[in-house]
Amino acid sequence: MSDLLLAAFAAETGAHVIEEPRERRFERFRRAFDEAAFRSSLAARGLRFVGRGDGAYPSLLRELHDPPPGLFARGSGSAELLAQPSVAIVGARACSSYGSQVARLLGRDLAAAGLVVVSGLARGIDGEAHRGALEAGGHTIAVLGCGVDRDYPAAHAQLANRICERGLVVSEYAPGVEPAPWRFPARNRIIAGLAATTVVVEARERSGALITADFALEAGREVFAVPGEITSALSAGTNALLRLGATPLTCAGDVFEALGVEVAAVSPPELAEQPMRVLEALAREPSGIDGLVRKTGLDAAAVATALAELELAGAVAEAEGLYRGVRPQD
Amino acid sequence: MLARTVTHALVGLDARRVEVEAHLQLGVPAFAIVGLADRACQEAKERVRSGIASAELEWPVRRITVNLAPAELRKEGSGFDLPIALAVLAASRQVPPEALGGHAAVGELALDGRLRPVGGVLAAAEGAREAGLSRLLCAVECAAEAALAGIEPVPVHHLAEAVAYLRGEWQPPPPDELVLAASNGSEPTGPDLAEVRGQERARRALELAAAGGHNLLLGGPPGTGKTMLVRRLPGILPRLPLEEALEVTRIHSVAGLLPAGRPLVSVPPFRAPHHTASVASIVGGGSSPRPGEASLAHRGVLFLDELAEFPRNALEALRQPLEDGAISIARVGGKIVFPARFQLVATMNLCPCGARGDPAAECSCSAARLAAYRDKLSRALLDRFDLVVTVPRHRARELDGAAGEPSEAVRDRVTGARERARAEPLRRSKEANELLSRAVERLPLSARGRARVARVARTIALLAGAGEVGSAHLAEALSYRSPTELGTP
Repeated sequence: MSDLLLAAFAAETGAHVIEEPRERRFERFRRAFDEAAFRSSLAARGLRFVGRGDGAYPSLLRELHDPPPGLFARGSGSAELLAQPSVAIVGARACSSYGSQVARLLGRDLAAAGLVVVSGLARGIDGEAHRGALEAGGHTIAVLGCGVDRDYPAAHAQLANRICERGLVVSEYAPGVEPAPWRFPARNRIIAGLAATTVVVEARERSGALITADFALEAGREVFAVPGEITSALSAGTNALLRLGATPLTCAGDVFEALGVEVAAVSPPELAEQPMRVLEALAREPSGIDGLVRKTGLDAAAVATALAELELAGAVAEAEGLYRGVRPQD
Repeated sequence: MLARTVTHALVGLDARRVEVEAHLQLGVPAFAIVGLADRACQEAKERVRSGIASAELEWPVRRITVNLAPAELRKEGSGFDLPIALAVLAASRQVPPEALGGHAAVGELALDGRLRPVGGVLAAAEGAREAGLSRLLCAVECAAEAALAGIEPVPVHHLAEAVAYLRGEWQPPPPDELVLAASNGSEPTGPDLAEVRGQERARRALELAAAGGHNLLLGGPPGTGKTMLVRRLPGILPRLPLEEALEVTRIHSVAGLLPAGRPLVSVPPFRAPHHTASVASIVGGGSSPRPGEASLAHRGVLFLDELAEFPRNALEALRQPLEDGAISIARVGGKIVFPARFQLVATMNLCPCGARGDPAAECSCSAARLAAYRDKLSRALLDRFDLVVTVPRHRARELDGAAGEPSEAVRDRVTGARERARAEPLRRSKEANELLSRAVERLPLSARGRARVARVARTIALLAGAGEVGSAHLAEALSYRSPTELGTP
């Protein structure tokens, strides 16, 4: 029995199809279905289909109790990418600047170490994780909750194209399927299923990212949560995960350790005296330029100069007027 | 009987010579004004008639025709009252017609015959001077303005005074005092920077903006003092040189904004239109185009508070003046160009609810709302800001610091930098060039962004009085480039 037939039937009826349904409608559909024509129309649009029967179908995904019949894929990345060691980075769409910085940094560090970054192409944390992986020149996979040919959200169409240059955009839904609210939890099970571990960066209570974490735990995968301030609603979900026993994530190294990945240590850049003073002040707490002027005793111009040098060295990042050291200081 | 006076009609900022002809004929008494006079100009009939009566002169019982030549030029406003009254009086020989030679006249008549000031006297006076006329009859309030044009003003309080002057019975006061008052110029006003505590980053950005004439965008949560800081920018700008002051005065004169007595605008203007302002009120317009806020801010500062609240088409309309320093308004009758070389300063919150950037508050904006907010500002407009600074919320204890430097001290440094800028152009040192190419590789810096950083670095070097643009100057300039939170990533 063909996986593609099941996937096409699911697209036609909007049903969540895992096994061959015993209904008349399906019988009629099977008789009318022209698999060769469907495949050639996919190929004409530059799309691929990886069915459960194919060798490229990732074994981790097969471990789910309801693995999709197959994945539609677009992009120049090879289908083998699906089976490579990967990490899912998920989180809130309306995230804080802290969350987006962490997501980007993690995406960059994990991809630089050769791991595939899996996420959902949504705004906020998802998008930042993809961007981080692209910045590092690594591979990233976006899993959609709509037809694989759609760019959803539309604002991320360009990001999707960039992902396609080296990675993959995949979906269990055939081309043309509209996004619908109930498809996103189903999409989250694929994100959790593809990845060896899942990292939740920022999540409110009862958010989609927590659904992903639940799927990952159900599948017996490790779940990391990035600790946040206990007073912030954006960290309520992640902190609740930590209470339930998720592993706190403090740097990309925690993930490498869990996955047994060896990464060469990065030597800290050599810095002049003034940038060093600014970096030390930033290690205590993130700060604006005015705050740094007070803490370091330098004037505004000198602080700005030092920060520009640190930024070029990749040691600090700025958002909303606040600078943060991006690596923990020893 | 026929008589003529000369006055000027405004087309944009240009004065066109208009001859006012009055012709008295025998016939049924009547009074007609021809020559494309608009409503305010048509109503001159009633004012002129009452004014002449109030001046205890005789209204000729004749058929009176007044022609405003050239007839195809549309005439607007009340400045034609005085020349029409004088032409009628000259035609009825109550004033010797030959005395009007070499004179232009402009002014509105009150019903009691007093003369009221009108806008655009400077442009009219310049037009008169170029036409070879030597004296301008105008209201006392406008006399100093006319003197700026290098023409001799004849300031009169009342129509009767004008008649007495033309009959040779009265002499105006010597113009020396007026000329002196005119050339003195306005004094800087507004709040002082010394009142601002802390805010070192924003103060520095303000000083750079003043020294280099850079466009400045301040972002941050509400209540962090963005608007307060910007209002102190005019206080640190150097005074305008005479030529530029005259350009500004001409525009403000046409808009009727000049204070009486000290008309020369020698302090850079500061205009802050509200975000509900229409496109026409910002860039200028109307069926007979008038200068908008952007032109009124010529050689000064155009301040847009809450930039993202302005209608998008109003912001896009500012792109032309930001590029060319002028606004051209095309009408069927021709094209009018208003100068608009202003420095754009704007503030905005980081999100619609305003909580972003404030560690003590939490943003409640949805992702879609946030995206819509940022979409309001096109990349093209954001690119025009050389300096982008985020002003985070300060803790109360950070504001306990000493009072800041007074505006005057900052203005001296700014003036020094501007003078040095006029001297030789600065070169970038080798290290600075290396740093710049490293930054272009490492940071998302467009070609325009690169030019922007180079410009700001030059200003920083000029302020420091350095002989060349060093790497430290360039590094500081890099920190002002548009952060991802303000421009979409």
